[in-house]
Amino acid sequence: MEMILSKNWNVPDQKKIDVAIKNGAYASLKKIFKMKREEVIEEVKNSGLRGRGGAGFATGLKWTFIPKENLSSGRQDKKPVYLINNLDESEPGTFKDRAIVEKDPHMMIEGMIIAAYAIGSHTAYIYIRGEYYKQWEIIEEALQEARKKGFLGKNILGSGFDLDIYQHRGAGAYICGEETALLSSLEGGRGYPRIKPPFPAIAGAWGCPTIVNNTETLANLPFILNEGAAAYKKFGTEKSPGTKLMSASGHINKPGVYEVEMGLPIRTFIEEHLGGVWKNHKLKAVVPGGSSFAPLTAEEAWATNLDFESCAAAGTSLGSGGFYVMDETTCMVRLLCFTSKFYAHESCGQCTPCREGTGWVDQVIKRIEKGHGRERDLQLLQDVCKNMMNGRTICVFADAAAMPVLGFLKKFGKEFEEHVKLGRCPHTVSLRGA
Amino acid sequence: MSFEFTKENLEKFEETLKRYPQKRAALLPALWLVQEQQGWISPESMETLAKLLGLTPAYIYETATFYTMYNMKPIGRHHIQVCNSVCCCLRGSEETVGYLKKKLEIEVGESTQDGRFHLSTVECLGSCGTAPMMQIDNDYHEDLTEEKIDQILEKLK
Ligand SMILES: Cc1cc2nc3c(=O)[nH]c(=O)nc-3n(C[C@H](O)[C@H](O)[C@H](O)COP(=O)(O)O)c2cc1C
Ligand code: SF4
Ligand code: FES
Repeated sequence: MEMILSKNWNVPDQKKIDVAIKNGAYASLKKIFKMKREEVIEEVKNSGLRGRGGAGFATGLKWTFIPKENLSSGRQDKKPVYLINNLDESEPGTFKDRAIVEKDPHMMIEGMIIAAYAIGSHTAYIYIRGEYYKQWEIIEEALQEARKKGFLGKNILGSGFDLDIYQHRGAGAYICGEETALLSSLEGGRGYPRIKPPFPAIAGAWGCPTIVNNTETLANLPFILNEGAAAYKKFGTEKSPGTKLMSASGHINKPGVYEVEMGLPIRTFIEEHLGGVWKNHKLKAVVPGGSSFAPLTAEEAWATNLDFESCAAAGTSLGSGGFYVMDETTCMVRLLCFTSKFYAHESCGQCTPCREGTGWVDQVIKRIEKGHGRERDLQLLQDVCKNMMNGRTICVFADAAAMPVLGFLKKFGKEFEEHVKLGRCPHTVSLRGA
Repeated sequence: MSFEFTKENLEKFEETLKRYPQKRAALLPALWLVQEQQGWISPESMETLAKLLGLTPAYIYETATFYTMYNMKPIGRHHIQVCNSVCCCLRGSEETVGYLKKKLEIEVGESTQDGRFHLSTVECLGSCGTAPMMQIDNDYHEDLTEEKIDQILEKLK
């Protein structure tokens, strides 16, 4: 099926602006400059687009949180408004924003122009993770091309609207994907999250109204403005309209980035798109939304669809679409060691429950995996995790670190008990399988 | 040894300043420029940046050390960073790390005697679909096998 984001991914040289324009890039600009800002926001609201950065928050609604005096057309802006494209993409399992940049960067830039126009922003930043160096180069080139064509800069296409877009490179810190940590990092400091409220829409970068949107969210905008909200809503489910880019990895035959219609059954995704579980093995578990969420057992996975509601109902989240698959040979305790190592490494250290909790969890799980676990360790893990959740910390990183632990314990608790009882890992093969 | 930006990098630095409403925001890009120029963030370079940006060297140190990609010490000529995170481990990243350790005769976090390579393991690099993978300097190398690793390292002097 002709999809929204990936439709030109196979076109040779789609990165070049002339090729992209031939395929419709920047067409929406003529249309939006004839609309009022409010009308653009209304269209996005009507499309039902929800943020693709992990939380699934309604995009159009978020934009309306910008203070009225900044939003209304025609009036003198009170404070500058900033738009930020969150291209930090560091959630283990997620590599879809990278695909957008590599295959069709102009779609992302066009989306940023639409968003900036809608919220009245004249300076926008792309916060790109430091490791994405090649991608940074691709974007630099694409921005230059767009400037030359008059899609960026002063008085874009004679509309009177000005916009500059700059890239800001991160330097290796997962937490900088969290929007307020991102702002701290953008301003030239440690990537420390800030207490909300105030939300960035009220007081974000340099204390000014700021909207942070994920790259994939922004890339959806050209379609919505070109084809209209109704056309967008034809894709997906009622509450999760559109498509989702899924980054698929782990024990499958065909890993990669796939654009799927929201609501696609996980079974269809694995069997038809991903070529099934590798080596003819059976499925053991799936994490559909990135490492911050609970796994689904095979049975649960077969009954779940790829949309926000269905994943939430199954006790996990569609998150950022970091979909990874574990086959029957996988040692879940060992796998969880890798997850807890990640969170212990990436905690920014500001809040005690998170800094200490992620460290403890990591140590205890390692101990169990090595066969030195004690019976009371399983309870200890639960207690530490519960103490990390539900608003005890500045940001929800701590919840993100605790959720997978609780999820793995709940669904594969037997394996943890077995490790403790045997005093060793009962598995003889590595995580790569036999 | 004091630190000065090359003429070209000084121009780049000044260009960066124009992008932000406050000078301090140019710190991360400035640190990148330093690292590009000399491979690591020396104490002298932090003093130079402090003057250029109106910050204290302590503030710059405190900020730079928060991020894993700034080298606070000189490292080998080529920085090998193997992803050994959640998804890569499902496709054999531990074996990749083991192979590199054996081949280079160093532990993770060490440099080879000739200063040619430095080996690190890192968290997810956004390349999970093409695991196992490693980043060497600015380049990603994906779908690694032992033969492929041999060929890649061979080319790096
Ligand atoms: C620990 C943590 C890490 C995050 N990392 C990212 C990220 O890498 N990319 C991203 O777009 N959003 C990330 N988010 C979500 C952002 O805070 C923010 O909600 C999102 O960028 C908003 O964009 P959206 O509304 O378009 O989804 C992260 C959140 C948390 C708590
Ligand atoms: S919850 Fe963790 S990551 Fe978030 S601010 Fe607190 S210590 Fe930092
Ligand atoms: S886990 Fe290694 S690149 Fe994502």
